[in-house]
Amino acid sequence: MYAFQYRKAKTLQEAVDWLAKDEEARPLSGGMTLLPTLKARLAQPSQLIDIAGLAELAGIENKNGVLTIGAATRYYQIATSPVVREVLPALASLVSTVADPQVRNRGTLGGSVANNDPAADSPAAVLALNATVITNKREIAADDFFQGMFTTALEPGELVVKVAFPLPRAAAYCKFPHPASGYAVAGVFIAQTAAGVRVAVTGAGASGVFRWSEAEQALAKDMSAAAIDKLTLAADDINEDIHGSREYRAQLVKVMAGRAAAAISGKK
Amino acid sequence: MAKITLTVNGEKRSAEVEDRTLLANFLRDTLNLTGTHVGCDTSQCGACTVHVDGRAVKSCTMLAAQADGADVLTIEGLAKNGKLHPAQAAFTECHALQCGFCTPGMIMTTAALLKDHPQPTDDEIVHGLEGNLCRCTGYLNIIKAVKRAAELQGK
Repeated sequence: MYAFQYRKAKTLQEAVDWLAKDEEARPLSGGMTLLPTLKARLAQPSQLIDIAGLAELAGIENKNGVLTIGAATRYYQIATSPVVREVLPALASLVSTVADPQVRNRGTLGGSVANNDPAADSPAAVLALNATVITNKREIAADDFFQGMFTTALEPGELVVKVAFPLPRAAAYCKFPHPASGYAVAGVFIAQTAAGVRVAVTGAGASGVFRWSEAEQALAKDMSAAAIDKLTLAADDINEDIHGSREYRAQLVKVMAGRAAAAISGKK
Repeated sequence: MAKITLTVNGEKRSAEVEDRTLLANFLRDTLNLTGTHVGCDTSQCGACTVHVDGRAVKSCTMLAAQADGADVLTIEGLAKNGKLHPAQAAFTECHALQCGFCTPGMIMTTAALLKDHPQPTDDEIVHGLEGNLCRCTGYLNIIKAVKRAAELQGK
């Protein structure tokens, strides 16, 4: 790692001030992506501003049909939260599939959402559930938040404070994990929401997480694997790398979507 | 430089470390606790697993400065009053190792796993050890050892 200064912020305001004064400074949450990036010398921040302990970024609250989770909430806290398991079990099970136990003990929801890794799981949940990303400056709808791989609507120095998930009628997430890393080779989150069926795909998009509108329309009429079977997902915008070709990933998306639909309705 | 004070294996330790110092390096190089191994140095193999405030973490992917104020447990602190922890006893009994390099991390992860799942199923064991790689054994004896550790812990 290149040298940097580590500073632990005591309040959200302090973190925001420190970041505003130094454009080379970066916020540090769980560090499960940032620290490996630094170890590989792929980034050279002047300062790391530790925000993981901030009270403003903590807590899980279920109120008026909205589950709000603090950005610094660690994956294991979400996975084991009785509230999340009761009102949004699909999210509890999604976070249980992230990487491995040691990583889930450190990694945070806000860090993953802000990083927007194209193979991360959380962006699929945020997008499918039509969640709102609450920052220190504003509220951003999920549809506007994710803007391509590793790119979000966040401005420099803007921090994710909370993510608010409107509770769906039903939801399920299925992913085909890379056997070594656990990252999604293809992952599909389906949610039956007040605004209709929403389908978000991660791991497969050439520009990161995306909504699959044809599947949303088909599943609105018939929530089943058979409804997905009839669709074709154009391979043009699908990611291709050493783990899989476009066509292979497009097929995996269909299989994962079919399984998620079947998990919701029980219909094959 | 960062001034840190933390509890390691029950003892309060204070030190001044470079801000970029990893917890694994702090434990090994500053405190000479070399039971914590650094295998891959890329957050994958889990040989560097220690407990921070009771949770298993990869100490090669945490800054020593982040552990300021924390309670850290390493493999050296697992045995109590000369008595091996059930995970240590079970790994010995079941011969859950060959070269032994991954063993400190495997045992620390097992000890954490048994706190969350005192009677783990096969599935919980396999998924619980996902963050630890062993290149010798093929894992069979490791899985046996985790089950045996659960039995020993229950006694």
